[in-house]
Amino acid sequence: MSSAVADHELEAHFDATIEHADRIEPRDWMPDGYRKSLVRQIAQHAHSEIIGMQPEGNWIGRAPSLRRKAILLAKVQDEAGHGLYLYSAAETLGVSRDELTEMLISGKQKYSSIFNYPTLSYTDVGTIGWLVDGAAICNQVPLCRTSFGPYGRAMIRICKEESFHQRQGFELLMTMMRGTDEQRAMVQESVNRFWWPALMMFGPPDEDSTNTEQSMTWGIKTHTNDELRQRFVDMSVPQAKALGVTFPDPELVWNEERGQHDFGQPDWDEFWAVVKGDGPCNAQRIVHRKRAWDEGAWVREAALAFANDSSRKGESA
Amino acid sequence: MSEQIRGEWPLYEVFVRGKRGLNHVHVGSLHASDDALALRHARDVYTRRNEGVSIWVVRSTDITASSPSEKDPLFAPSGDKVYRHPTFYEIPDNVPHM
Amino acid sequence: MSDVQTHEPDDHESAYSGLLVNDAHWAFGTDFEDPLAGVDTTVPDGVDAKALAAYCLMLGDDALVLSQRLAEWCSNAPDLEEDIALANIALDLLGQARLLLARAAAADPDLVPALPEGSPVPDEDRLAFFRNDAQFRNVRLTELPNGDFAETIARVLLFSTWRLAVFERLSHSRDAVLAAVAAKGAKELTYHRDFAGRWFVTLARGTEESRRRLVHGLGEIWPLWPELFETHDVEHVVAKAGVGVDPAEVAAEVEVVIEQVLAASGVDRPQRGGLAGVQGRKGRDGGHTEHLSRVLTEMQVTARAHPQGQW
Repeated sequence: MSSAVADHELEAHFDATIEHADRIEPRDWMPDGYRKSLVRQIAQHAHSEIIGMQPEGNWIGRAPSLRRKAILLAKVQDEAGHGLYLYSAAETLGVSRDELTEMLISGKQKYSSIFNYPTLSYTDVGTIGWLVDGAAICNQVPLCRTSFGPYGRAMIRICKEESFHQRQGFELLMTMMRGTDEQRAMVQESVNRFWWPALMMFGPPDEDSTNTEQSMTWGIKTHTNDELRQRFVDMSVPQAKALGVTFPDPELVWNEERGQHDFGQPDWDEFWAVVKGDGPCNAQRIVHRKRAWDEGAWVREAALAFANDSSRKGESA
Repeated sequence: MSEQIRGEWPLYEVFVRGKRGLNHVHVGSLHASDDALALRHARDVYTRRNEGVSIWVVRSTDITASSPSEKDPLFAPSGDKVYRHPTFYEIPDNVPHM
Repeated sequence: MSDVQTHEPDDHESAYSGLLVNDAHWAFGTDFEDPLAGVDTTVPDGVDAKALAAYCLMLGDDALVLSQRLAEWCSNAPDLEEDIALANIALDLLGQARLLLARAAAADPDLVPALPEGSPVPDEDRLAFFRNDAQFRNVRLTELPNGDFAETIARVLLFSTWRLAVFERLSHSRDAVLAAVAAKGAKELTYHRDFAGRWFVTLARGTEESRRRLVHGLGEIWPLWPELFETHDVEHVVAKAGVGVDPAEVAAEVEVVIEQVLAASGVDRPQRGGLAGVQGRKGRDGGHTEHLSRVLTEMQVTARAHPQGQW
C-alpha cells in the first residue's frame, strides 16, 4: 500500500467523481460534510419509512375487506423493509442502526412531517398511497441517481415498490368512487385533509431551505424543493380529474404561459409547528416507536446471549 | 465503523441467487444475532419468502475489502468489492437513467 | 397510473408510471397466485356439503383470527426483521383464510350472511365481517391477546405444529379444493413452525428474563392446547368421508415435535389442565372467550358501516 495520499489529492479525486456523475462508494474518501449530510438525509428518510408504518398500520385491523387487509399489511411490511434498506445504506457510512434509532427516539433526527398527521378514516390509506407516496416518488426517483452508491441502490428497490403502492392507493380511491355516495364523500374529505400536507412534503420554499445548495453540488439532492413541488402538482391535477375529486385550493389553475399550474401556498406556519414537534401526532408517533423499541430490548438481548452461548459451545444455532 | 451500542446484533451482508444459472448478487444487509437468524431474516426481508432462491449471508466484519481511495494500482480500475459496484446490479429495464 | 396521464413531459412521470408490477423477483405479497386454478370445485360424491362447509369455516376462522392478532404486531415488534417476519406469517394465514372461507361459501351458500339487495360485498367478506362471534368456529387459542413476544412465539409454535400436521393429511383430501389449499398451506406452516421453534429455543436459552417470559407465556396458553385435539362432530363426519382430518389422530405426532422443542429448550411441560367450555361449548361450537367479540368489533367496524360498500 502506498502511504497516505495528501488530503487535497483525495478531495480532487472526490470532486472529479462527483463531476463525472460517478458514484461515491463507502470506502472512498469523502469530505466530512458530505458524510454528515448523507447520514442526516438517509437517516431521516429511513425514519420516515418506519414512522410511516404507524398511520397506515392504524387501519390494518379495520380494513373493510380481506383483500384490502392483505394489501395494506403487505404495504406496511414493505415500509419496514424500506426502512431497513435505508438504515443499511446509512450503516455503510459508519453509524449503527441502534444509534440512528436512539437519535429518532430522542428527537435529534427528524422524519417526514406528513406522518405527524392522523389517519381518521380507512380512506386515508388510499389517499396516502396516491398523494403521499406520489409525492415521495417525486422526491425519490431522482435519488436513484444520487452520488452515494448504496443510497442510490436502496432507492431503486424502494422506488419500484413505492410506485406499486401508489397505484394501489389510487385504485382503492377509484373503487370507492364507484361505490356509494357516502364512500365518494369519504374520498373527497380525505383528499381535502391530505392535499396541503402532501405539498409540504417537499420541504420549505427554496428561499427558506438551508441545505439545498451544498446538497445539490454534491449530487445528494438533484432538484430543488419548489421544482419538485411543481412537478407533483402538475402530475396530480389530471389524476384528480380522472378520479373525480377536487383539491382544496382556489388558486389552483393552469397557467398557459408557464405551461404549468399556478397554485396556493400551504400554511407554512403549520408546517414549522409540525416540524418543531407540535403536529397532531408527533408525540404519539415517537412514544409508539420508543415503546416498541424498549419493549423489544429483552428479545434482542436474549438472541444475542443465545448466539454467544451457542458459539462458545460450538453448536450451530 | 462506530463502536457498537451494547446488545446490537451484528451486521450481515446478503447475497441472493435469483434463479438457477445466475450468480449470487449482493442485495443488501441486515442485522441478526447469529448466522441462522440472518438466513431467516434474509429470506423474509429480501425475498419476501420467494421459494427456491439461494441465499448466502456473511458477517460484514468477515469481509476483506480493498480500498480504492488508497489508489494502490493493484486495485485499479475495478476497486472496492465487486458487489458494491453499481454496474454489478441488475437494474430493472424500466428505471430510467441508470 | 399511466391511463390517467395526459402528458409525459419528462422522466419523472414516465418513471412514475413505468416502474411496474408482476416482476416475480419483487414479492409484493399482494398478488396472490390462485392456488385453485384448474382445481375441480365440485363437492365429491358422498360428502355432506354442509359438513364440508362447516369444516372449512373452522379452519378458515382459525387462520383469520390468528392473522388478525399477529397483524397487531405490525410496527410493534422487537426489531424490523421480526416485524417483517410476523407480518409474513399473518399474510400467509390471511391467504389461507380467504381460500377456506370462499370454499365454505361455495359448498353451503346458506352459511353466507344476507346483505341488502345489490350489495357488492363478496362471500369471503360477508363471512369474515358480517358474522357475530357466536358464529365463528375458531379454536379459542387463536383469539387470545398476543401477550409479549414470548407468548406470541409459544402460540405460533403450538398452532403451526398442530396445523401443519393437519394440513399434511388434508393435502390428500378427496376434496380437490381442500387438498390444494392444504398443500400450499403446509409449505407456509413449515416455515411458521421453524420460525417459532427457533425463537422458542432462543428465548428459553437466552437470558433469565427471556426464559422467565417464555415459561410464563407458554403457561398462559397451555390450557387452550387440548381443545385443538378434541374431535368435533363436524370433524368426525368429514374425516369419515375422506375430505377432512380427525384432529385426535394427529395428537401423537404433534406431541413428538413439541416434546423435541421443549427438550431442546430445557422447558418443562406446563402442568395445567384444559380450559373448560360453557355447557361443553368451546370454540368449534361458537363458544368463545370474552376476547373474540372485541377482536371482531375492531375487525368488522368499517365493513359493517358500509354494507353496500365497494373496496
